[in-house]
Amino acid sequence: MNGAELIVKALEAENTEYVFGYPGVSICPFFDSLSRSKIKGILMRNEQNAGHAANGYARVSGKPGVVAVSSGPGATNLITAIATAFADSIPIICITGQVPCEQIGSDMFQEADIIGACESFVKYSYSVRAAKDIPRIMKEAFYIASTGRKGPVLIDMPIDIQNAFGGDFTKIDKVMLRTYKPTVKGHAVQIKKVLKVLSEAKRPILCVGGGVISSGAQNEVTAFAEKYNLPVVSTMMGIGVMPSEHPLYIGMVGNNGKKYANRAMNESDVLIMVGARVADRAVSQPDLITKDKILVHIDVDPAEIGKNAGPSIPIVGDAKAIFEELNRAELSCDFKEWLDRLVYYSKTRDEKTESTAKYVDPNAFIKELSLALDEDAVYVADVGQNQIYSCGNYVVKSGHFLTSGGMGTMGYSLPAAIGASLAAPGRQIICTVGDGAIQMVLGELSVASLLNCNIKIIIMDNRCLGMIREYQHTHYENRYNMVDLMNLPDYSLIAKAYGIPFMRISANNEITESVKKILSRKGMLIAQTDIDADAFTAN
Amino acid sequence: MKRIYSVWVENRSGVLSKVAGLFSRRSYNIDSLTVGETQDKTVSNMTIVSTGTKHTLEQIEKQLNKKLDVIKVRTFSEENAICREVILLKIKYASQERRELMEICEFLKADIVDATATHMIITLCDTPDRIEKLLSMLRKFNIAEISRTGTLAMPKCSEGE
Repeated sequence: MNGAELIVKALEAENTEYVFGYPGVSICPFFDSLSRSKIKGILMRNEQNAGHAANGYARVSGKPGVVAVSSGPGATNLITAIATAFADSIPIICITGQVPCEQIGSDMFQEADIIGACESFVKYSYSVRAAKDIPRIMKEAFYIASTGRKGPVLIDMPIDIQNAFGGDFTKIDKVMLRTYKPTVKGHAVQIKKVLKVLSEAKRPILCVGGGVISSGAQNEVTAFAEKYNLPVVSTMMGIGVMPSEHPLYIGMVGNNGKKYANRAMNESDVLIMVGARVADRAVSQPDLITKDKILVHIDVDPAEIGKNAGPSIPIVGDAKAIFEELNRAELSCDFKEWLDRLVYYSKTRDEKTESTAKYVDPNAFIKELSLALDEDAVYVADVGQNQIYSCGNYVVKSGHFLTSGGMGTMGYSLPAAIGASLAAPGRQIICTVGDGAIQMVLGELSVASLLNCNIKIIIMDNRCLGMIREYQHTHYENRYNMVDLMNLPDYSLIAKAYGIPFMRISANNEITESVKKILSRKGMLIAQTDIDADAFTAN
Repeated sequence: MKRIYSVWVENRSGVLSKVAGLFSRRSYNIDSLTVGETQDKTVSNMTIVSTGTKHTLEQIEKQLNKKLDVIKVRTFSEENAICREVILLKIKYASQERRELMEICEFLKADIVDATATHMIITLCDTPDRIEKLLSMLRKFNIAEISRTGTLAMPKCSEGE
């Protein structure tokens, strides 16, 4: 077999269903070989979007997403998607074509040092120099991407290696890496310490992050909280760990979160952070957090612990394994009283979102839409005001909430929704996106339409780059600049051009009827929702 | 604070740039860095000397451990290790300076390894502070060129090792 065939065999061995990508000469041997496989190639309209589609696929399927692109500009276009996956610890396998080994370093046509360019935001990268190494490298790449703290792995594949003879494909069962042994089980002594601290606590709180979802520990974490009536808050990436309506769930923390959720976290005496970075968007002054409380930090990445805040009790390990262990203990504590106080805060001090009579109130609309969704719906929010409206009002049931939390990459939602819809055919997929971001990814409407995805695209149309306009409102005395999207297209004609049904929602009294209409339809739909440019997220 | 990291890494191309890149990306200082093979041909040893706050120095160790090409990180302070550095100095001298230069070399056990009527090369392999000492004593002369290796370090032998 040649190298290209070995890559495809290795992908088949990993049960890969789809390869998202964009071809170019240097990756042609691979795509040629892929055409003789059961694995489907999905031709996206831009390499970055192919990376996001692999990201959305990974987050919904729980398996690494695979993206393959060409060398040079194909590879550099992929960089933003790699950085986006890295920031949110999403497992994707990125295969880039490369000029022949002999020519590397000669500045040949379409040569770029993609390994060097991506070094600081890949979990690991390989530059393949012998076809016979491909089965081992592919096996290692999937293992590295999907274990420990997950993340993107880049494999740079020179074209001559893809064409070179590499022997027969032999399935590799075990990965042997002397430098990589992620910790799974939490240290028994540390787990005992947590239980002791909890048994002495008055106002403990659990803050869950994306790591809980990544580890698949939602049930274990929820069971632990339920056992002791332990209140739960989440970061943006932790939305979906628990249903929003769960009696223990208080809300999202952070500078875009609920004030009462932040207050709950601030007033706690024991804060148990799980799979969260204690980063700037979630905690305003991470370094001061241990001043008046005990911080228990549970994370699979030892380097995250103590990076932003010094923990009182660090536990390194997989959230699922650690909470299974924690659930074995029987403590006689109950925090019902403290929980009731927090629930009272959230009921009485819910921020009054300024409901605007002009156009459609985005908060009310998202709440009503999400309440009407199926239990297992997938909700993908883009970046900007639509993301903040979504985080604040989306009522999670048992489905997925996807967004670019760490990198905040505009244009993430539509390609990620395409990936998600392939991972979950038949499930409702909602994609909320601003009128700025949708124009970065219009070409992908073609792919979504072609695949007849079940995606409802909600374009939040306020005719400007709302989040930055809001920032200029609060920080630059309303000196609005570079935020007006003048000469916007007619979205009904855009929808028509791509063969996608279209509807428009212009006023609050249309919300209920529109939600029914949106959800009764199978397949693609674009719903343009008129939003007041002055409907700010902060109040 | 000063800290020495002895890092065993996979002896592969690109690993040096990955480790050096980690320091630049996260704004960690590198005071010196030396690389060489070990007794195992597949393993290279990097000795990195860095200064920073306690928090930064801890983070460096964690981030180094996180790199997939890093096999093992050992960290120690200068007093717990045997440290050596090599320096080469080329000095342009006048004949009346020669005696003093030779006295300094004798005093610090440095060698004059090459010389002409106008230039000499002095070398010393010693602890970093004695290298500094030599340098400070030679500053008043006309130093034409300096080349130094950076610190090599190994933890001291311990009982029951």
